Amino acid sequence: MTTSPRTGARRRGHRFNPDRDVEEWHGKYYPYDLVKEFLLALVVVAVLVTGLAVVFSSPDEKPVTIKSWSTANPVDFAQTAITELDGTSATATYGPPYNSTPGASQSIWFFSPEKWLGVHHPIDTASADVIAPLKTLPGQPQLDTAIATYTSAPSAQQATWTAAYEKAVANASSEQGVLKVPSGGYGPVGTMIGSLTSMARSGALDGALLSSRQFYGTDYTKPLLFIADGTYLADLAQKQHLSGDQWGMMNETGNYPGQAWLWLYTLWYQVPPMNSSSSGDLQVWAVMMILTLLLVLLPFIPGLRSIPRWSRVYRLIWRRHYRDLASGAPGTGRGPPSVATLAP
Amino acid sequence: MTLQTDLDSDASANVAADLPEDADQWTAKLRHAAVEALPPQRLMPDRQPAYVASWIYVFGVLTLAALAVVILTGMVLAVFGPTWWHVSSVGLFVNSLHLWSVEVFFFAMIVHLWGKFFMAAWRGRRRATWITGVVCFVVSVGAAFTGYLSQQNFDSQWISTQAKDGINSTGAGAIFNVTNFGQMLMWHIMLLPLVVVLLVGVHVLLVRRRGVVPPFADHPEMGSERPADNRPPANAEEKG
Repeated sequence: MTTSPRTGARRRGHRFNPDRDVEEWHGKYYPYDLVKEFLLALVVVAVLVTGLAVVFSSPDEKPVTIKSWSTANPVDFAQTAITELDGTSATATYGPPYNSTPGASQSIWFFSPEKWLGVHHPIDTASADVIAPLKTLPGQPQLDTAIATYTSAPSAQQATWTAAYEKAVANASSEQGVLKVPSGGYGPVGTMIGSLTSMARSGALDGALLSSRQFYGTDYTKPLLFIADGTYLADLAQKQHLSGDQWGMMNETGNYPGQAWLWLYTLWYQVPPMNSSSSGDLQVWAVMMILTLLLVLLPFIPGLRSIPRWSRVYRLIWRRHYRDLASGAPGTGRGPPSVATLAP
Repeated sequence: MTLQTDLDSDASANVAADLPEDADQWTAKLRHAAVEALPPQRLMPDRQPAYVASWIYVFGVLTLAALAVVILTGMVLAVFGPTWWHVSSVGLFVNSLHLWSVEVFFFAMIVHLWGKFFMAAWRGRRRATWITGVVCFVVSVGAAFTGYLSQQNFDSQWISTQAKDGINSTGAGAIFNVTNFGQMLMWHIMLLPLVVVLLVGVHVLLVRRRGVVPPFADHPEMGSERPADNRPPANAEEKG
């Protein structure tokens, strides 16, 4: 019987720690063809994946466009557009990285990285989502006058008009897809939002929101945030069981498995205080970062690193080894008397 | 110079690298360090300890196999571009292969991770193996996430508009804009796969260097004050 040097225990007489150190194996070794194993695994995975792809395919729900949204629900579009114009939409009041709305940054006590890093994708919703796109429409003198009237008016007057329109559009309806807003004292705003709705229904607003300084563009931040400010996208997501209270981040459209590995991340959004806090996102990320760090550093953390030994699940994994060890069978390299293997 | 002359020259260069006067040569030092850390029998052993006898060991190699399928199918999708799978039945099939290989990859990796947890596989100077494995899992989550953002469909719209709040709250939104399709696609097909593959490579080399963690000793006198040898057995896999 050979001795079993212990790997991991320090030289200067430190105690052998079973959760940190091992007794090196001096038992038998058996043939094990790693290359063959990998190639077999590759074949098994390829066959399994091909079978799953043939039977289940993959989901591909068409994306929502400004055009499809404003066509399907022009009232919701108009109600959202007025909040972009008067600066009360979710995007307009978001804070960093889109704008510097006071008090909008999430924080845990003094810790507010969102605030520290500041605005990096500036979006002035009134200009970007409403006024600038409307200015691209040619040959509409009535609209040009409305825009000029609105933009040159004092902010108090603008607020009066937008408030009046918000009140009116709350009772709006659509007839055959055409927006019908009750009359009110909303000045040029009615013309502006009406024109924007028509522009949206034509598909022109999709392009206008995507336009950038160069010809090619791949940044969909503006149209995505605009669409997300309405209720149409959220309603569709609700039907697809994708909303936050439905563990949406880990779900996929249809009955497909999504990112199931995000279950823990999604779990925290379901429990207080994260599910109701205005800084819930930062709290969830803080918890997840701490848990991830604990998992990474598990080998160094007393107590946590002992869980595998305490749980004794390893006895199931190595059940053949322990059975052989108990029976003193050859192959374990030890067998009774096991004390002999601990000799220095 | 002929090919044979080149080969002769290379061979003599290898011999020359081992000459005492070349001991300080960086290339020679690197080769010596690499061969010492991973001699061929340790890098590609044909023997494993008798305790490596459980289905749980299969999940590591299944993870590698699934990763290979993920990368291959991803490369086919990259060849034809991001629009292809939306308009072609063949493209949709390749996308389905990509999706399901990702699902298998994560399933195998998570079982592998839990298996290694219950084996306390960090024991015996294997902590770096554990750490690279966990970091690999975390980076893979990011790689999959950017893949979901790059789908250009309703799912990616919804995920990006929801996920932005979490990302933005950490301040990362300043540079990592989940609603920027072009940026997410680059992260998905270039940056994160590169990191995953590098980490997997390091992880596998560490597994080969340290070997498969032995079972818990299960001796009554665990924790004794005896001094211990800190060196791993040389070429342990050569024994049989």
